[in-house]
Amino acid sequence: MMSKLKARGLDIFHWIERRTGLVSPLIAAARHPIPASSASWWYVFGSAATVLLGVQIVTGILLALVYVASAADAWNSLQFLNHDVSLGWFLRAMHGWGSNFMIAIVLIHMAQVFLFGAWKFPRELTWMIGVFLLLLTLGMAFTGQVLRFDQDAYWGLGIGASVMSRVPLIGGQLVHALLGGPIIGGATLSRFFALHVFVIPGILLGCVGLHVWMVLRLGINEWPMPGRLVRKATYERWYHEHVQKDGIPFVPGGAWRDGLFAAALLLALGCCAFYLGPFGPTGQPDPTIIQTAPKPDFVFLWIYAVLAFLPPSLETPFLLIAPVIIIVPVLLLPLFAGEGEKHWSRRPVAVLMVALIAITLGVFTRLGTYTPWSPIMDAWSSDPTPEQYLRNRTPLERQGALILQEKQCRNCHALAGSGGLRGPALDAVAARLTEDQLIRQVLQGGGNMPAYGNALNPAETTALVRFLRTLRGNDLSPAVDPSRSLTQGDNAPGPASRP
Amino acid sequence: MNKIGREDGNTDGPNSKPGSRRDFLFKLSLLLNAAVGAVLAVPVLGYLLGPGLEKGENSWVALGAVADFPVGEIRLVVYRNPVTTSWDGKTGSVACWVRHIATEEFQVFAINCAHLGCPVRWFAQSKLFLCPCHGGAYYEDGTRASGPPPRGLFEYEHRISQGILMISAGQLPTLATEAYAPNPLIQIGKPEERSSSL
Repeated sequence: MMSKLKARGLDIFHWIERRTGLVSPLIAAARHPIPASSASWWYVFGSAATVLLGVQIVTGILLALVYVASAADAWNSLQFLNHDVSLGWFLRAMHGWGSNFMIAIVLIHMAQVFLFGAWKFPRELTWMIGVFLLLLTLGMAFTGQVLRFDQDAYWGLGIGASVMSRVPLIGGQLVHALLGGPIIGGATLSRFFALHVFVIPGILLGCVGLHVWMVLRLGINEWPMPGRLVRKATYERWYHEHVQKDGIPFVPGGAWRDGLFAAALLLALGCCAFYLGPFGPTGQPDPTIIQTAPKPDFVFLWIYAVLAFLPPSLETPFLLIAPVIIIVPVLLLPLFAGEGEKHWSRRPVAVLMVALIAITLGVFTRLGTYTPWSPIMDAWSSDPTPEQYLRNRTPLERQGALILQEKQCRNCHALAGSGGLRGPALDAVAARLTEDQLIRQVLQGGGNMPAYGNALNPAETTALVRFLRTLRGNDLSPAVDPSRSLTQGDNAPGPASRP
Repeated sequence: MNKIGREDGNTDGPNSKPGSRRDFLFKLSLLLNAAVGAVLAVPVLGYLLGPGLEKGENSWVALGAVADFPVGEIRLVVYRNPVTTSWDGKTGSVACWVRHIATEEFQVFAINCAHLGCPVRWFAQSKLFLCPCHGGAYYEDGTRASGPPPRGLFEYEHRISQGILMISAGQLPTLATEAYAPNPLIQIGKPEERSSSL
């Protein structure tokens, strides 16, 4: 009975195979020889990225069953997904966390490939397509953030439009092309929906296909050995002989690690989605609600941070030139250094560059999480004046403390650790600035501080400066202008008159 | 190859030499497709680039009676963008800051920071507009006070018509598409008044 069934199954298989001819080549591809040294846990990230892409496609299609790509209703449909569709929240969480996982895995894959010299001859084009794949993945993340049509998405589009507007000559046209109209609205969301759901995934899938095809055609990179140099004249013959002699079939020799890693990754993704939940949506995309501090998603925080530190004169050139300076060398790298040493231990510059890029991204991302450059909009009304700064102060000095709160100084300046970080903390300001310097700084501003001459009357200025004069940290000696006593004579009260 | 060609009943032989009838017809088909493709590309490109090529056209929008704005104060005013679709939802509404300086003297600022477009907030006590994104600050007359913005706040062109404050609005203000547009779409009031306000 069983053998009869088996024979029947084989018949069906042969019937299909005779007509498609696809199964045998697929089996051959699965069993293609890989260097035994490449059957390693370091080689699992490429397949992991592909698995995550599959997760994104499946969860994306499932979300599209409910999502409404209309500026008027998108936010409501996300709330509906979160609260009314059973397990809608979980699918949103999977898709959101899947995006973060995918970017992380693609970056790890890229770093591994770079450090293992896999981008050298004959795999230059595989690397270049890979760079495109990274850019497309980031493009998916940005357009996806827009589809989560909330406050952050709305103002993120504003930031995108502002960046576009800096392009010379055609800036205005680019802004309108990006937004699909003169303002951020229904046309903008439809545009980003088409990009996120049709255009970018289409290009992405095509590039992934090409990328994987080239990996199969050229063979996976062998584990690099120090001193084993790549030469265009000899490499392909050497690789061929190497896999003939030492090779093992990809399935199962290499594939079981890919399979195990993919399963672990999916489990981790599921746990993140289940325990940490979906991203947003934050407030409604209503531009008339201005009590908001917009922020991009995690992966773009470093860009948001960089934009805070550029001086105005450098900003436009930087925004237009930096992407070219960063992307073009990475893209063209294998065309200029396609031969030679592959092993990381003999490529110190490569190792240093990976470390430098990782640290830079990390630092700027960290800064982006707490935005020290932003004023804290409600610090003036919510942060208390530290008690120790009011004790034993004269009425005039206490008046100054009130003015410090009321004039929103706290939004940018911290006292006893609370308040904005935009300007320096004021706990020891009197040890740094003399009375004259304080008055000048308050009235005229400077060094990234606005002038308060119009916002303070003379009495308020006096009170404020008197209070600031009492802020000397842990009894530091006050800043003194040595010429003051000479110009004002002996009877003038010195700036250090406070006991 | 040869065999298949003959079984098809095709007696031309398998190899089409350059200059043969087959070769000519194939090249002709490519050429025809290129020509038809080029013709069809015109409307496709026109559709695709349409929003980019359109000049944003402004219209006069009423913000309210002059008497509703206390002199010396800055108020947040919301208006509906002159051109919207029903699916724009809340995004079709725009906020702006109205500063009433003296009787007939106004300034109307876009809420969008000149740096990267985030919404600036007015702080009456310190007489500053502050941006939550990167800390741009502006004085009450809209000039840049500090931070990364390359210029002052974007200002709408405004006019007073029969006691109503109106602004010329219609597009998201950025460095390339300022709120100000020289020829607003709908003209209300006498033309000579308009030319004097330009």
